[in-house]
Amino acid sequence: MRTLALIKRILLQIVRDKRTLALLFIAPLLILTLMNLVFNGKTVEPALGVENGSPQLIESLKESEIIVHEYEDISDVEKAILKDNLTGFLQIEGTETKLTLLNDDPTAAKSIEMKVKQVISKELQLQVMGMKPNNDSIQTNYIYGSKDTQLFDTFSPILIGFFVFFFVFLISGIGLLNERTTGTLERLMATPIRRGEIVAAYLIGYGLLAIIQTIIVVLFSINILDINLVGSFWNVILINIVVAIVALSLGILLSSFASSEFQMVQFIPLVIVPQIFFSGIFSIEGMADWLQVLAKIMPLYYAANALKGVMYKGLSLSEISYNLYVLLAFAFVFIILNLFALKRYRKL
Amino acid sequence: MNQAISIQNVNKSFGKKNVLKDIKFEIMEGKIYGFIGPSGAGKTTLIKMIVGMDIPDTGSIYLLGEKMPNLNVLQQIGYMAQSDALYKELTGKENLMFFASLYQLNKKERKNRIEYAAKLVNLTADLNKKVSAYSGGMRRRLSLAIALIQNPKILILDEPTVGIDPELKLSIWNELLRLKNEEGKTIIVTTHVMDEADKCDVISMVREGSLIATGTPEQLKEKYSAQSLDEVFLAAGRKDQ
Ligand SMILES: Nc1ncnc2c1ncn2[C@@H]1O[C@H](COP(=O)(O)OP(=O)(O)OP(=O)(O)O)[C@@H](O)[C@H]1O
Ligand SMILES: [Mg+2]
Repeated sequence: MRTLALIKRILLQIVRDKRTLALLFIAPLLILTLMNLVFNGKTVEPALGVENGSPQLIESLKESEIIVHEYEDISDVEKAILKDNLTGFLQIEGTETKLTLLNDDPTAAKSIEMKVKQVISKELQLQVMGMKPNNDSIQTNYIYGSKDTQLFDTFSPILIGFFVFFFVFLISGIGLLNERTTGTLERLMATPIRRGEIVAAYLIGYGLLAIIQTIIVVLFSINILDINLVGSFWNVILINIVVAIVALSLGILLSSFASSEFQMVQFIPLVIVPQIFFSGIFSIEGMADWLQVLAKIMPLYYAANALKGVMYKGLSLSEISYNLYVLLAFAFVFIILNLFALKRYRKL
Repeated sequence: MNQAISIQNVNKSFGKKNVLKDIKFEIMEGKIYGFIGPSGAGKTTLIKMIVGMDIPDTGSIYLLGEKMPNLNVLQQIGYMAQSDALYKELTGKENLMFFASLYQLNKKERKNRIEYAAKLVNLTADLNKKVSAYSGGMRRRLSLAIALIQNPKILILDEPTVGIDPELKLSIWNELLRLKNEEGKTIIVTTHVMDEADKCDVISMVREGSLIATGTPEQLKEKYSAQSLDEVFLAAGRKDQ
């Protein structure tokens, strides 16, 4: 079994290389933890300056989680906002209402604007109809997730797929590249090994590492980071293994077009970064039509669909199987191309 | 005596540069053949083609009666490249072990052959060191040990003794001669050292991609009326210009 000998050697080399092992197994955990902390940061309650507000209005504002600072006879609103670190300033003169926003952070500005408008329209309703509107008149139901869903809950499945893809791509690509630059790949061609056996050994050897990595990343995300997992754990592992195979075959394929590690790294902005844009972190439906078509040729688009489907929406394997088939088709094409890429050494 | 290798009208170009020009050559079993010639003459290119790592543009190469590249024939070829291609993260023993498994030796054969090859190149004591900790000469020796690992019928060695001290060089040459005489192996070496060339049964001079002279060391000396192969080398160069 020549393939077996090659697999053994690949694993031995990786085990000897502690840095690479750390990159493969620990780096994704660090980044996921960091992103979790960043995205799950508590939202700060915005501060609003109010001039001439009725006690009723101020009470309502406070109820909508706004910190209210009351002012009297303000001549320079801008100065007050800057001095007291306010997000906005509300002035009421009879029926006229004027809202001044700091707008250094558009999201914060939009959110306080919406809250203030809501409160004021409620107040108007109260004045006109003379009754207290029912705060709980709207009941919200969620198809996926709950009212506690955080942005990170929808991101995290995509991130898991991304990390598996990225690290496996890089490490397997550089692995075969090293074999090429040190001349050992050429040396192998003087032994009775077949090209197919080399490709198979790389797929299996790095595939094993990818499986271990996937299990560590998924277990860590679910148990330690408390990321939502609605569907089956095993389906998540299965999807990630398929993702890893695509990344592997693409990595070793592109390594034949690189003549140094530096050139391999140059593929990251070309091959990896665009995939992030189309993985669903940004809304794909909002993109131009031709961009949406582009998304369909990105393996990570399908990986993200499948992972989000299982982890967040709780879909079953059959409901996401289309994505898996497309991923497998990608892998198949890359593997065939790999066999051709090795042909420059020997026909057999 | 049987033919081990037959090279038929081989041409090879890299880009516009014609590196091998219409090479025709036969190599008999059980002899040592030496390729000599200036740097860049095309010796390594020719050797890579014999091993089947590279494909001639035109012409063909037969080893043991089979057209190259051929995986079964590769089992019978021990190859040592001019530049060492070793796995530096692994120990010498692991390197030998890996290549032994590629040739599908069984456990017992593996053990015996590793012992033999390591002893021949005087690496037995350093087998458990990582190759990254080897000196240049030690790496060369490990490459030679790998070439011998599967007890091949044909040995193809590209400048095997560069960086190896005279004492070890002598013992390696004695072993090569023994392999030829006792085990009937066919050996091809390239070299820049003329007293090594003197030990070959047949020498071929390569110059700018052509074989300009072939014969026993004595025949070549006679042809160029020279005392030593060094003089032959220089005379051939002069005549060529
Ligand atoms: N992969 C390649 N691409 C382009 N040119 C090459 C390649 N390999 C060899 N050459 C060219 O072919 C010629 C012959 O090279 P080769 O390595 O066969 O020389 P050599 O006789 O082995 O020399 P040396 O004694 O220095 O080892 C050289 O001019 C070299 O530049
Ligand atoms: Mg050479």
